[in-house]
Amino acid sequence: MRHVLAIYRKELRLYFDSPIAYIFIVVFLAITSWLFFRTFFLIRVASMRSFFAIIPWLCMFFIPAVSMRLWAEERKTGSNELLMSWPLQEWEVVLGKYLAALTVYVVTIILTTPLAIVVGALGSPEWGVIVGSYLGCIFLGAAILAIGTFISSLTSNQIVAFIVSVIIVAGLTIVGQPLVTMFLQGPLTVLVPYAEWLGLANHFSSISRGVIDSRDIIYYILLAALPLYLTVKSIQASKVG
Amino acid sequence: MIEVENLTKRFGSTLAVDTVSFTVKPGEVVGFLGPNGAGKTTTMRIITGLIYPQSGTARVNGKDIWDEPVDVRKLLGYLPEATPLYDEMNVMDFLGFVATVRGIPPREIAARVERMIEVCSLQTMAFKDISELSRGFRQRVGLAQALIHDPPALVLDEPTSGLDPTQILEIRRLVRELGKEKAILFSTHILDEANKTCDRILIINNGRLVGEGSPHDLAAMASGETIYSLEFKGDTELLTEKLPDHFKVTHSRPGGEGYTGLELACSDPADHSEELFDLTVSVGGKLRQLSRKEATLEDVFLELTKGGEA
Ligand SMILES: Nc1ncnc2c1ncn2[C@@H]1O[C@H](COP(=O)(O)OP(=O)(O)O)[C@@H](O)[C@H]1O
Ligand SMILES: [Mg+2]
Repeated sequence: MRHVLAIYRKELRLYFDSPIAYIFIVVFLAITSWLFFRTFFLIRVASMRSFFAIIPWLCMFFIPAVSMRLWAEERKTGSNELLMSWPLQEWEVVLGKYLAALTVYVVTIILTTPLAIVVGALGSPEWGVIVGSYLGCIFLGAAILAIGTFISSLTSNQIVAFIVSVIIVAGLTIVGQPLVTMFLQGPLTVLVPYAEWLGLANHFSSISRGVIDSRDIIYYILLAALPLYLTVKSIQASKVG
Repeated sequence: MIEVENLTKRFGSTLAVDTVSFTVKPGEVVGFLGPNGAGKTTTMRIITGLIYPQSGTARVNGKDIWDEPVDVRKLLGYLPEATPLYDEMNVMDFLGFVATVRGIPPREIAARVERMIEVCSLQTMAFKDISELSRGFRQRVGLAQALIHDPPALVLDEPTSGLDPTQILEIRRLVRELGKEKAILFSTHILDEANKTCDRILIINNGRLVGEGSPHDLAAMASGETIYSLEFKGDTELLTEKLPDHFKVTHSRPGGEGYTGLELACSDPADHSEELFDLTVSVGGKLRQLSRKEATLEDVFLELTKGGEA
């Protein structure tokens, strides 16, 4: 655990010593607040619904921007030669880096909670829904971040890592949407439940309703664990190449 | 102690390392000498566990890269080629971080970092970002990073490349000092450097070890030959016939004014100049010039590595 912690602290510092984390946080907060206050002033309803509705779509772009540098940058500068020459296990490095990026995301999400306080002050929201939605945000982000981490470990080009991650996350997000499932007709209709199960946003919306279903949680945990496992494997595989 | 046994590594169709075996004992600085692309870096990366070979193995103090890769890395200090570092960190923080991942107890880290700053003369740079350092200081940070856990074995990949002459001398001095106790493998493509820094030299070319020995041995090895060149006037055929067995005519060309320029290779390292002189007189010829040239380390190196250009 000491190794994981050391990597975690180093990565977190690299995020906060450079502008990346701040740009990420500021832009994320600006967009979400703008959407929130726009509905607030337009329809005079203090609700977080539109805020949470936009989260999966924002995460699709924002999280790959956080994860893209995790491995690609080390490969590019060659510092992974140094990193892997130290007595660390691959999973310790993978986990330390992942947790650091996750921290950047969680901090950002926590910084949006004043919006919930505004809502609470102006009306009587369903707190269960809000808490559930926040939990959903964390799970959703954790899964997308793991995918981004894996993609970053496959390339030395951050931009490529970003674009490929966005494409994969976008695919996983829309696969369960009516936009896609309506095309599954005739004998293909048997696939609809699978497509819906696979869809990233579907599980998010069911958690957001305030219903914590273990199936949704298991889905997200699997979706975070699998890419991280693949990241460890891809790093091990690059040693055999 | 570093032991390398029958290492073979292929990258696609490139055979980067081909059945290489050697050992580096404690208290020994071994130079790993070869032209660019010879396979030095690949061999070193295998020892460090950064990549795995197709066959063969490496051990550090008896720990095998296949069975205990993490233990091998604990026993090693490694300076990668071109010294990649974390540019955004300052020197102190970076060394503190390395000390932590190296498993140095938290209480001892400050003292250890302090000590490395001293050993590698980094006092003036301690709080500078690594990205601001000159090549020479970067290299020292790289060395400090490799030494911080006081490992019994060091693998240094071209530690002097890109440095100015004073810096090169400093690094060599430090390496020789450290080499009194540690097993050090030191790669370079510069012959003179291997000659001056190392107790023993391994010459690698096209992935194969083609020569091994102390700088002195290698010079003596000199493909086993000494070259005599002479200009002779008289019965060349008779002279050639009468030459003792250890001589072999390698070149013969007209030298003007009736003289013939001859080059003889002699398999016996002792000086045979007098013998040659007497022989030319005994066949009734004249000698205008006679010189003896021992092959230098350069010649050995060129000879041993020339297969690679083809
Ligand atoms: N990761 C790699 N992928 C493909 N070929 C490589 C790789 N690393 C090294 N090589 C090839 O292996 C050979 C040996 O390279 P290297 O060990 O770097 O030599 P040196 O360090 O002696 O200059 C070269 O032909 C090089 O192109
Ligand atoms: Mg090299």
